[in-house]
Amino acid sequence: MSEHSTYTPGSGIEKWLDERLPIIRFSKEHLMDFPTPKNLNYWWTFGAILVMCLLVQIVTGVILAMHYTPNIGMAFDSVEHIRRDVNGGRIIQATHAVGASMFFAAVYIHIFRGMYFGSYKAPREILWILGVLIFLLMMATAFMGYVLPWGQMSGWAATVITNIFAAIPVIGTPLLELLRGGFSVGNPTLNRFFSLHYLLPFVIAAVVALHIWALHVPGNNNPTGVSVKDSRDTLPFHPYYTMKDLFGMVLFMIPFAWFIFFAPDILGHPDNYIQFDSQVTPAHIVPEWYFLPFYAILRAIDFNLLFIDSKLLGVIFFGGSILILFLLPWLDTSKVRSGNFRPMFRWFYWLFVINFVALTYLGAQPADGIYVLLSKICTAYYFIHFIVILPVLGRIETPRPLPTSISESVLSKSHA
Amino acid sequence: MATQSQHSTTRRDFLFVATGAVGAVGAAAVVWPLINQMNPDASTLALASIEFSLAGIEEGQSVTILWRGLPVFVRNRTAKEIEEAKAVPLSELKDPATDESRTKEGHENWLVMIANCTHLGCIPVGESGEFDGWACPCHGSQFDTAGRIRKGPAPTNLVVPPYEFISDTLVKIG
Repeated sequence: MSEHSTYTPGSGIEKWLDERLPIIRFSKEHLMDFPTPKNLNYWWTFGAILVMCLLVQIVTGVILAMHYTPNIGMAFDSVEHIRRDVNGGRIIQATHAVGASMFFAAVYIHIFRGMYFGSYKAPREILWILGVLIFLLMMATAFMGYVLPWGQMSGWAATVITNIFAAIPVIGTPLLELLRGGFSVGNPTLNRFFSLHYLLPFVIAAVVALHIWALHVPGNNNPTGVSVKDSRDTLPFHPYYTMKDLFGMVLFMIPFAWFIFFAPDILGHPDNYIQFDSQVTPAHIVPEWYFLPFYAILRAIDFNLLFIDSKLLGVIFFGGSILILFLLPWLDTSKVRSGNFRPMFRWFYWLFVINFVALTYLGAQPADGIYVLLSKICTAYYFIHFIVILPVLGRIETPRPLPTSISESVLSKSHA
Repeated sequence: MATQSQHSTTRRDFLFVATGAVGAVGAAAVVWPLINQMNPDASTLALASIEFSLAGIEEGQSVTILWRGLPVFVRNRTAKEIEEAKAVPLSELKDPATDESRTKEGHENWLVMIANCTHLGCIPVGESGEFDGWACPCHGSQFDTAGRIRKGPAPTNLVVPPYEFISDTLVKIG
C-alpha cells in the first residue's frame, strides 16, 4: 500500500539504505501510517495481544529448553528442577504453562470476534484460512508441549492423541508407529516431540507474518462491516491503535499475572505431577481446558455408521469440527458482514457460543450417562450451525439497513 | 498459440519431462530416509518377543506385563467368568468372536490381551463395568470377561497378541 507512504528519507544514510533495502519505508507504511478504520473496538486489540502471547511463549520456551532434558528418565525431574532450583525458574515455567492457556483464551476471543463481525467474508478469505492454519499449528504445538513434563496426563495425552491417527484405514498402524517411533509412547516419542515443539512456534511466526500480510491487502474489517470508502473513515495505525493495543495488552496481563503469581497450577491437572506410568491410566483423563470442546466431540461418537466404525467416525467428526472452519467463508451466504446488522444471525451466533461453552463443560465430564447424550446433541448442533443454519440464514434473513460509511456511523453515534 | 502447441513433442519437451521425473525420484529418495528415521529403531524392534511364566497367578488374578513397551493383561479367569463369556450369543456382539477364538485350546482359563483399549489406547480397569470384564476410564468403553467390546466407542475387541504355550506354565508372546 505504497500510496499511503509519507516517508521521505531524512538523512543521507536513510536515503542510501532506502535505495538498497527499504526497511524503514516498509515499517512506516505498515506499522505506523497504515490506514485503520476509526471505529475498531477493544475486541480488535486481540490480534496484537496474540502477537505478544507468541513472543512470551518463544522467550520463556527458549529459556526452559536450557534447563529441560527430553529423556523419559529425566524429563519429569528436570521440570521439577526448573521449578525448584533454577533462578526464577518457578516464575518462568509458570509463565510458559499459564501462557499457553492465555494464548488460547485470546485466540478463541479473536476467532469468535471474526465470526460475529464476518471478518472471514470476501475479500478476507485467505486471511481467515491462514488464521485457521495458525490455530491448528497452535493446537499441535500446545499438545506436544504438554507431553514434555512427562507426567501421567502428558503420557496419556500422547497415547490417546497419537492413537487418533491409528483410526485411518490401511496406513493407520504404520503411521502410528512412525509418529511414536515405537509400538507405544516412549523415549523416541518424547525426544521428537521436544524437537518439534521447539520448531513449530517459528513456523507459527512465519504464518502470522503471512496472516498480517493478508490483512494489509484489504485492510481491517470493522464493527459495521462496511468497507473503508475514503480517508475520513480511517486513522493512522500509530499512534491511535498502537496505544489502544498497548492498553489492551496491559489489561490482558492482569489476569495473566494473577495466574502466574497466585495460581500457576489451577489450570493444570494434579495427575500431571505423577510421573508417567504406561501401565496405569488415571481414573479420569481430560485434556487441557482449551481442547475440551473438540475432545467432547471425539467422545460423543460411540456408534458405527454404515461401514465406518465408531473410532474412525469419532476422528472424522473431531477433525471435521476444525476443518469446517476453513469452509466458513463459503458456508455463510449472507453478503452483510457484521452481526450488528443481522437480526437473526445474532441469535444463532450466541446459541453457537453457548453450545461451544456447553461442549467445553461436557468434555470435562465423565463419559457416561446423561453426558454422552448431551455431547451428541451439542456435537450435532455444532455441525448444523455451519452446514444448515449459516447457508440458510443468508437467504431468508432481512438485514437491517447499513450505514453508508464508517464515518457516518461514528458521527451518528456521537449525536445520539 | 493454441494451435501451434498441437505440434509433435520436441527434444526440449522430452528433456524437460525426463529431467523433472529424475528430479522427482531423486527428491523422494532424499526425503524417505529423513522420514524413515522416525520409525521404530533397532533397539525397539529387538524387544519383539518375550517369555513369561504363569506359575503363581491364582485363579481370579490378573497381572500386567510389558511386551514391546505395550502393557499386556494376563488373566487366570474363574469358571464363572468363562461361563459368562460363553453364554453370550454372537449376535449381541459389536465385534463378533467366540470365547474359544480368544483363548488357546486346553488353556481356556488364560486370557492374554494387549491392555490398550482399542479406542484410543488407555488402560481399561479390570473386574469392573456392566459386563464384569474391563471398563476404560477415558472414553467409557466396556469389555466383557473375554475382552470383547460390549459398549462405548471402541470399535473392536481387546487385541489378542500372537502367543503360544511352550509348557503349561510358560507362554511366549510375540
